[in-house]
Amino acid sequence: MATSTTTYDWRLALPLGGFLAVFFVAPLAVLFALSLQVDPKGTAYGVSQYTAFLGDAFSLGVLGTTLLLGLEVTALCLVLGFPVAHLYTRAGPRMRSLIMLIVLLPLLTSVVVRTFAWIVILGRQGIVNSTLLSLGLIATPLKLLYTQGGLVVALAQVQMPLMVLPLATAIGRIDPNLADASASLGSGRWRTFVKVTLPLALPGIIAGSMLTYAAAITAFITQSLVGGGQMLFMPMYLYQQASTLQNWPFAAAISIIFLVAVLAVVTVFNMLGRLSRGLTEA
Amino acid sequence: MRRDWEKISFDVVMGLVAVLTLVLLAAPTVVVIVVSFTSGFSLKFPPPGYSLRWYAELWDAWQLHFAAMNSFKVAARATGLSILMGTAAGLAIARSKALSARLLDSLFMSPLVLPALAFGLSALMFFSALGMPVSLTTLIIGHTVVCVPYVVRNTVAALAQLDPTLLECSASLGAGRIMTFRRITLPLIRPGILSGGFIAFMSSFDNVPVSLFLRDAATDMLPIRMWQDLEGKLDVTIAALSGVLIVATIALILVMERLTGLSRRLA
Repeated sequence: MATSTTTYDWRLALPLGGFLAVFFVAPLAVLFALSLQVDPKGTAYGVSQYTAFLGDAFSLGVLGTTLLLGLEVTALCLVLGFPVAHLYTRAGPRMRSLIMLIVLLPLLTSVVVRTFAWIVILGRQGIVNSTLLSLGLIATPLKLLYTQGGLVVALAQVQMPLMVLPLATAIGRIDPNLADASASLGSGRWRTFVKVTLPLALPGIIAGSMLTYAAAITAFITQSLVGGGQMLFMPMYLYQQASTLQNWPFAAAISIIFLVAVLAVVTVFNMLGRLSRGLTEA
Repeated sequence: MRRDWEKISFDVVMGLVAVLTLVLLAAPTVVVIVVSFTSGFSLKFPPPGYSLRWYAELWDAWQLHFAAMNSFKVAARATGLSILMGTAAGLAIARSKALSARLLDSLFMSPLVLPALAFGLSALMFFSALGMPVSLTTLIIGHTVVCVPYVVRNTVAALAQLDPTLLECSASLGAGRIMTFRRITLPLIRPGILSGGFIAFMSSFDNVPVSLFLRDAATDMLPIRMWQDLEGKLDVTIAALSGVLIVATIALILVMERLTGLSRRLA
C-alpha cells in the first residue's frame, strides 16, 4: 500500500473528464455529423461536402498555400531561432534572463497587439519604408503589408518563442565535452556544429518545428491582418463559409479536413521525434 | 590559421543572427509603445511629435471599456474553473502509470492541438442544437475547454518535481491524506498551479477563435473589437490600448516571476 500515500484517487479526474466529454468531444461529434449533411437543411446524408472540397481546385489551393505557409514560417523560425537558443545556453545568468525575457515577451503579449505592431512596421509609412526612403535606397514606398513575405516574417516573430524554448532545452542537454572532443580531434567550429550539435539537438528541432508549424497555420488573426484579403488560408476560409455564407455543412467539412491536416502534421513530427530520440540516445 | 578563421566566422555569424533575431523579437513591442504617444493622426514612424492625446481618447472609448470588461469577466471565470477542475485532474493522473491515466492525459491536452477555430465552430453548432443562445456562460465554457490544458500540464509538472518521500514522511508521522494534501502537497505545488492559471488567464483574455463564434453584440470581447477596428481603419486609439496592455502584461509577468519563478517553468 506504499503507493496510496503518493498517488491520488483517479476519481479526481472525473469533473474535468466529464466536462470535456460534454463540451469538447460532443461538439466535435456534432461538427462531424454536420459535415456529412448534403445540404444545410439536413435532408440527406453523404460525403458530398468532402468530395466538393477535394474536387475543387480553389479549395485544394487554399489547403496547399496554408500548408506551405506553415513550412516557410517554420524554416525561418529554425534559421533565426537556433542561434538565439545557442547563445542562450552559452550566456551568463544575467544575459540569460534578458534573452528569456525578450523571447517570452511576444508569447505573452496579446496576439492582436503583436500583429498590430507589424502593420505599423510594414505599412506604407512604416519604419522599413521610411528608413529606406530617407537613405535614398527607394523612391516610392514598397508594398510590404499584405504580401506573403511580410506575413511570414510577422508570423515568425509571433511563433518564435515556441521554437526557441524547446531548442534551448535540447541544446542545454548536450554535454559540452562533446564539442571539446570534436575540436581536439581536429574539427573546426562549423564542422562540429554540423556533425555534433545539430544531430544532438534534433529532438528540440522537431519539437519546436511541430509547435511552430501548428501555430502558424492556425494563426487566424495574424493571417487576416498582415496577409490582408488577397491571400486566403484555411482558418479564414472556414470562418467565411460559416459566418458570412452560413454554409454550415461545408464549413464543418473544412474544419474536419483542416483538423485532420493539423493532426497528420503533429503525428508525423511525433514519429520523427521518437525516431530522433532513439538515434541520439543510442 | 584555418581553425582560427573557422572560429571567428562561426562566432560572428551565430552572434549576428542571434542579435538580429532578438531585435526582431523586441522591435514590435517597442514600436507600438512609441507610436501610441504620437501627436499625429496616423501610425507614421517615427511620429511627428509626442502627446498623450490617444490615451485621453482611450479614456472615453466606452465600446472598448465594455469589451474589456467582458473579456476580463470571462477570463477570470474560465481561469477559476480551469484551476478547480485542472488541478484535481492533474492530481489524479500525475503519478499514475496506468493506461487509463495516459488516455485521460491525451484527452486533457487535445484542446491545445486541435485548431481552436474548428472547436469554436463546433461549440456554436452544439449550443445551438441544445437551444442555448450565446452568452457569457457559453463563452466561459468554451474558454475553459481551451485554457484548462495549461493548468493540468503545470500541475502535473509541479507534482513530478515533488519528492514522494515527503508525502511518506508526513503519513508516517500520522497525518491523514487530507492533512498531508493541505500542509505538504498544496503549498509545494502552488507555484505550478498559479503559473498554469496565469497562462490560462492570458490565453483566455487574448482568445479570438473561440470567442468569434460564441459571442454576440451583448458579449463583445476585447481582442475581437480590436481586430475589427484594425480591419476597418488604422486607429491610433488601438495603439494606446496596446500600450496599456503591454505595460499590464509586463507588470503581471514580473509579479508572477516573483511568486512562481514563471520563466523557469516555461523553459
